[in-house]
Amino acid sequence: MSRIGVFTCHCGENIGATVDCVKVAEMCKDIPGVVHSVEYKYMCSDPGQRQMQEAIKEHKLDGVVVAACSPRMHEPTFRRAAGDAGINPYMCEMANLREHCSWVHEKGEATTQKAADLIRVLVEKVKHNEPLHPIKVPVTRTAMVIGGGVGGIQVALDIANGGHKVVLVEKSPSIGGHMSQLSETFPTLDCSQCILTPRMVEAAQHPNITLMTYSEVEKVDGFIGNFKVTVRKKARKLDEHLCTGCGLCIQKCPNKKISDEFNEGLGTRTAIYVPFPQAVPNKPVIDTLNCTYYKTGKCKVCEKMCPTNAIRFDQEDELVTLDIGAIVLATGFKLMKTDAFPEYGYGKHKDIIDGMQFERLASASGPTSGVMKRPSDGRSPETVVFIACSGSRDRAKGVPYCSKICCMYTAKHAMLYKHKVHSGKAYVFYMDIRAAGKDYDEFVRRAIEEDEVKYIRGRVSKIYEEDGKLIVMGADTLMGGEPVVIKADMVVLATAVQSNDRSEELAQTLHVSYDSYGFFAEAHPKLRPVETNTAGIFLAGACQAPRDIPETVAQASGAAAKVVGLFSNEELTREPIVAVVNRQAAPVYSTCVGCFICQGACPYQAIEQEEIMARSGEVIMTLARINPGLCQGCGTCVATCRTKAIDLQGFSNEQLYAELMTL
Amino acid sequence: MRVLRVPCTGRIDYMMVLKALHKGADGVIVSGCHPNDCHYTSGNYHARRRWMVFKKMMEVMGVDMRRITFSWVSAAEGARWAQLVNEVTDQVRALGPYTEFRQVIGAGIE
Amino acid sequence: MRIGYYPGCSLLGSSREFDESARAVLKALGVELVEVPDWNCCGASSAHILNHELSIALPARILALAEQAGISEILAPCAACSNRLLSAQQELEKHPELLPGIEKAIGMPYKGSVKIVNILEVLDRLKVLISVLTTAPFRKKVASYYGCLLVRPPRVVNFDRPEDPQSMDLLLKAVGATPVEWPFKTECCGAAFSVTRTDIVAKLSGKLVQDAVKRGADAIVVACPMCHSNLDLRRAEINEYLQKEYAVPAMFITQVVGLALGLDPKALGLHRHLVPVAFAETAGVQS
Repeated sequence: MSRIGVFTCHCGENIGATVDCVKVAEMCKDIPGVVHSVEYKYMCSDPGQRQMQEAIKEHKLDGVVVAACSPRMHEPTFRRAAGDAGINPYMCEMANLREHCSWVHEKGEATTQKAADLIRVLVEKVKHNEPLHPIKVPVTRTAMVIGGGVGGIQVALDIANGGHKVVLVEKSPSIGGHMSQLSETFPTLDCSQCILTPRMVEAAQHPNITLMTYSEVEKVDGFIGNFKVTVRKKARKLDEHLCTGCGLCIQKCPNKKISDEFNEGLGTRTAIYVPFPQAVPNKPVIDTLNCTYYKTGKCKVCEKMCPTNAIRFDQEDELVTLDIGAIVLATGFKLMKTDAFPEYGYGKHKDIIDGMQFERLASASGPTSGVMKRPSDGRSPETVVFIACSGSRDRAKGVPYCSKICCMYTAKHAMLYKHKVHSGKAYVFYMDIRAAGKDYDEFVRRAIEEDEVKYIRGRVSKIYEEDGKLIVMGADTLMGGEPVVIKADMVVLATAVQSNDRSEELAQTLHVSYDSYGFFAEAHPKLRPVETNTAGIFLAGACQAPRDIPETVAQASGAAAKVVGLFSNEELTREPIVAVVNRQAAPVYSTCVGCFICQGACPYQAIEQEEIMARSGEVIMTLARINPGLCQGCGTCVATCRTKAIDLQGFSNEQLYAELMTL
Repeated sequence: MRVLRVPCTGRIDYMMVLKALHKGADGVIVSGCHPNDCHYTSGNYHARRRWMVFKKMMEVMGVDMRRITFSWVSAAEGARWAQLVNEVTDQVRALGPYTEFRQVIGAGIE
Repeated sequence: MRIGYYPGCSLLGSSREFDESARAVLKALGVELVEVPDWNCCGASSAHILNHELSIALPARILALAEQAGISEILAPCAACSNRLLSAQQELEKHPELLPGIEKAIGMPYKGSVKIVNILEVLDRLKVLISVLTTAPFRKKVASYYGCLLVRPPRVVNFDRPEDPQSMDLLLKAVGATPVEWPFKTECCGAAFSVTRTDIVAKLSGKLVQDAVKRGADAIVVACPMCHSNLDLRRAEINEYLQKEYAVPAMFITQVVGLALGLDPKALGLHRHLVPVAFAETAGVQS
């Protein structure tokens, strides 16, 4: 027989003004199973909680109903109090008299009656409650960071400095990401490489960090604290341990005319290459698509040249499986290509370039060694037009969102150009200048006022080529839409920031949500910005939305703090609100018939197949089993199960039907 | 109006809806997060799928579908929720007590 | 293939050669044209500025007549006509409440079942046949000029790329021509100012002629009567404005295809142009 206590709260005036709480407490005494019923002004206050705890001990209560506000507000409070008083916390339930009754009804007899009815329902539920125990899962204290740009490097360094192991996975041959391609950074104009490369070296040399460059995540199994990640180490075609990075192979490679990705197609590289001289690790890879040996079976010059005999033409990709406790996604972004714009010539004009190409033209390590030369004929451009919002905030042809970084880097580009070509003219077409950030607006003002960059508010409708010039036809909307025609030598499009190639594929591999543009979705846009909906997987940087460097680094440190916080526990405690497939003694074993419809319904891949074996080792039946580490307790499988073999702890069929039958 | 708390619309076994009508409820609202915005990733899709089948079946069986309302209301839409509840309670009140349900289920499911 | 045909006013007047060449080419390709009986003005260039209902009623009557004649698809070679027909059809689809009033005005029922196509769409469908039947490839450098109404507004016409259309270029390639890469495919020719403000036409169309010649075009190819009259009829004004004698002919796409198919230049109405199509007589033998 149950011994249930009911504690009715006035919530000050919130409940007390419309519900006669004294009468409710009296009425509750008549509910079968209730042995104690009292009311109090503020149940959640310290004296209120103490009163409940004393009653639990004094009346030997085995279940408690607190009739007060929403369980969202105070369920943890009262469960903790009940637990401290010696009963199982999950034997405490809340009846929501505030939102469900007093706030929505007038004062009166019917309202008081409804309050008592609500309590009656919850008393019936508590009668069917089972003591539940928090689930403990072990934690593997190794983090994986996917993406070796500035965000990924920061996450890795912060976690590593926190004393935990980190595996940093990067798909290209070197870490560094987009930031290593930049010339200078806004709003300080400090050299991007100079501030980034020391971090790259630090990450490479950190005893807690394992670099896995030229590698991609192939498969992720498991759950928070216990992931199993399979990484494909793409074949560099050389023995990394033997290679000293002397670069002789690169010098001697006869195939020198390959379009260079690091220089955004503005330069060339060899078939065996490192992306850039400061690459980390400084070990080349062979581009098998372009290598003469892989195409014709002849050459092998690099092998002959290599002083340490490190070249391995027969090297294969390698699959490595790692135990990982937490994953941070920092996979970055890509820029929309210039060929997406029919009105700007579909990318057929060599002198219409995107922002990243301009970075390479302006960079001291770029194909022109930082001298302004336009790509078509190498002449110094005398007039350059910069077009912001190329594809951003454009529902018709591009993406509806603001790419966030373009206003700033366009101002920076215009300044860099003016600093390099003093007599040159720089024009910027813009829709709005969005320069919110520390020292950002000042930076844009500096471009306009000190460097005399001409800002024209308006869009460009067309660019065409005539006599070696690019004719830019735009409008000045601040001059009443006056048409503007500029004969330019080079045009730089600030093209939209987009999610990286294959980001949706990766999201599906990791079971994290993503938006319609392929950006990964945070768990809550304001209060959980670095977490995903999947426990143990975090986000940093532009893989979530367009971000600049300071934001990326800040978010990276935030994600690292989450991981370090997670790793501060030996075990993880989780709410026991999870689904369970029933088990019985042989020969029934379970009412589960092994149809596994639940497996398709589960959003968390928490349902596994368990083979029931006889002593002989023969499989008698295959049953569903729910991994409590993965289950989030939605209960979809319970409703889907045709034999009612699954039940959700805390919201069991018995509990819910008991509530229903009391309505 | 009485509220029965479940973690997710995906948890709802439509038998519960019938049980509620059987126990004397004159109308039922099934409500949860909007599709594509499920707190539990995709539970509401399963709820919706089952609802389509359930609705067809109930129509065939002669259950008055004005008694059962299925609606998406997110946790951030307090005003919308209040409006929905007012509309449904007004409608159910206008329909009066659902005495026919006992006739529909005949011998009953008890 | 049987297809409805709505010539419109231009093809009976200033652009008779467009009508003649379209009929000749489509006949050669085995297409039967069924002219809409008792057709009326489409209302182009003036109706939609003056009276919204009239601008819908006029094309609606044409479409309703086509429905009555059992036509499921209607070719309106004039870009302005096809644009008006499409606009009216979409307006009635979007605002069905207008329908009773329109039906009353035109005195007949309107279902909206007729599909409207332009000349490039029809020729594009027959492209393979055209390239097979080409006996005298049109080996010229051409500037394909689409003008504004064929591709705009994209929501209404839903045809080709509005900024950089390709269909005519591909068609011209199919008959052996080399389209030049030029930026003015959809620039304004001066359109309806052909009569009232020839000075504006001279300036705007002058830019087109000048650039086409600069990029080496032997001919400017069009698919709109208005474009053609501005480039051909107003050449004297253009040349005066530019202070240079430009002799590059403006031809309809149907005339180019017709020549490639080996049809008689006279049947294609080439003799009607003010700017003589100098190479027309010899086009057949040049290949």
